[in-house]
Amino acid sequence: MNRPSGFDGVRPVLLPPAGAQASLRRIGALLRRYIYLLRSSSVRVVELIYWPFLQMLTWGFLQKFLATTNNPYMQGAGVLIGAVLLWDILFRSNLGFFTTFIEEMWSRNLGNLLISPLRPAELVAALCLWSIMRLSIGMIPVAAAAFFVFGFNLLDLGLWLAVFFSMLVLTSWSLGLIAAGVMLRYGLGAEELAWSLAFLLLPLTCVYYPLAALPGWLQPVALALPPTHVFEGMRAILLEHRFDASDLWWALGLNAVYLAAGYGVFRWFLSSARENGSLLQLGE
Amino acid sequence: MAQVEGGAANAPVLPIVARGLTKRFGAVTAVDNLDFSVEAGTTVALLGGNGAGKTTTIAMLLGLIRPSAGEIEVFGTDVARNRFAVAQRMNFQSPYVDLPQRLTVRQNLMVYAGFYGIANARERLAGVAAQLQIDTLLDRPTGKLSAGQKTRVGLAKALLNAPELLLLDEPTASLDPDTADWVRQTLKTYAAARGATLLIASHNMTEVERLADRVILLRAGRIVEDETPRALIASYGRETLEDVFLDVVRGRSVHDSAERAEGGRP
Repeated sequence: MNRPSGFDGVRPVLLPPAGAQASLRRIGALLRRYIYLLRSSSVRVVELIYWPFLQMLTWGFLQKFLATTNNPYMQGAGVLIGAVLLWDILFRSNLGFFTTFIEEMWSRNLGNLLISPLRPAELVAALCLWSIMRLSIGMIPVAAAAFFVFGFNLLDLGLWLAVFFSMLVLTSWSLGLIAAGVMLRYGLGAEELAWSLAFLLLPLTCVYYPLAALPGWLQPVALALPPTHVFEGMRAILLEHRFDASDLWWALGLNAVYLAAGYGVFRWFLSSARENGSLLQLGE
Repeated sequence: MAQVEGGAANAPVLPIVARGLTKRFGAVTAVDNLDFSVEAGTTVALLGGNGAGKTTTIAMLLGLIRPSAGEIEVFGTDVARNRFAVAQRMNFQSPYVDLPQRLTVRQNLMVYAGFYGIANARERLAGVAAQLQIDTLLDRPTGKLSAGQKTRVGLAKALLNAPELLLLDEPTASLDPDTADWVRQTLKTYAAARGATLLIASHNMTEVERLADRVILLRAGRIVEDETPRALIASYGRETLEDVFLDVVRGRSVHDSAERAEGGRP
C-alpha cells in the first residue's frame, strides 16, 4: 500500500442534525439501505411472493371444494381466501418489520446504527415504512393471482379494504416493536420466541372462523385484540353484505393502545439494554 | 470555539470529561470511579488487560451503555442524557462492528453519509476513498473484502463526517503488520490534519507507543496510571511499554518496579 496521503481533500458539508428535515433525511437513508439489500438478492424478492402465493392457492382450492358442499358459511364468496389474504397482510407486515430489524443484528451493524445520529424513533419509522413497501411487493401480485385463479377480487371489500389493511398493519407494528425490543434486551438467543409472537394471534383473532366458535370465556380475550374486529368485519361484508362501524372504532382504539404500548416496550427494552450492557454483546 | 458557561469564560470545552464514572453489572464493577479528561487535538490510549474496563468506558462515551454513577461529557454535553447533540461531531471504529455484508462499499458509505447529514456526500466519499485507498473497492460487496480491506472501509465510515472526536476499539486487531502500520499512519495523519482528538482502546503496545500522547492504564476498572508513554516507561524503570503493561496487569506498582530495577531482578 502507498503511504497515507494528507487529509486535505474534500471536507464534508454537514447539515444541521436536528429538526424534521434532518429526521426525514436519516429515515430516507435507512430506507435506501433496505432497498439496496432487497435489490442485492433476487431470491429475497421471490421469497416475498412465494409463501403468500402458496397459502392463497391452498386455501383457495379448499374454498372451492367446500363451496360444492351444503355449508352456507363456506359457500360465502371467498371468505377463506379473504381471511388468508388479510392474515398475510398482518403476518407479512410484521415479518417485514421484524426481519429487517433482526438483520441489523445478524450483520453486526446495530452498534454502528446506535452510535450514529439516527434516533430510535427514526429507526422505528423507517421499519414501519419499509414493512408497507415490502408488503406491497409481496401482496399485490398475490391478490391479482387470487382474482385470476379463483375469481376472488380483494377490491370487492371496497373502501373497507383500505381500513382493514391499515388496522392489520398497525397491529403488525405493535408486535414488531415488542419483538425487536425483546431481541435488543435478550440478544439472538430470544430469536425463536420473537419470531413466533405473531402466531399467538392466529387462534385468538378468529382468522378462519367466527367469534362464536370460541368458548365463551375466550371471547373477551379475542375482542380485546384489534384483528378480531377486522376478520369479523370481513366476514360480515362477504357473507351478509353489511359492516358494523363499531367494529372499526374498536379496532382503531385498540390499535392506538397497542401501538403506544409497543413503542413504550421497545424504548423500555432499549433503555434496559443500555443499562445492562447487552448492546455490546448482541449475540447468543 | 465553544465556551464553558460561568466563571471559566475563556476555557475551551474539552472533548471528553469523566467525573466519578462508574459502571456496575450486578455485583461486578466494570468501571470504578474514573476521573479523567482529554484535551482537544491529543491522542490518548486506554490500556489494560481483558476486563479492565476499556470497552465499557468507550461504550459509555458512545451512549451504548448508561453509567451507574458519575458523569461523562463529550464537548460539554452529558452523553448519557443527550448524545444526539454531539453525535455528528464524533465517530467510532472497531473491527468487532461490521457494515452490512451484501451492500457494496459505496452503498454502505452513502447510507452513513445520510445519517451524518453530509450534503456533499458523493464528493466527500470519493475524497475519503482516495485517502484510504479504497477507490477500487467501492463497487464490491462489503462481505467479499479481506480483513484489511474491511478495516479500511470501517475507517472510511468513521472518517466520513471528519469527526472532531474519533473513538477506536482495537483498530488494528487481526491485521498483518504492514496493514496495521498503514492504519496507524493514517490515523496519525488524520489527527494532525484535522486537529482531531483520538481515544484508542488497545492491547497493542507498538500502536500505543507510536500513536498516543498519553496513556491511561486501567486495572479492574480503575485508573492505575495516567502518563505519557515515555514517562511511564521511565517511572517503572523498564525499556518498553509492554514491560510496564505486564507490571501493571500483574499488580506491581511503580515502587515495586523501581526496587526490582535497582536489584536487577526481572
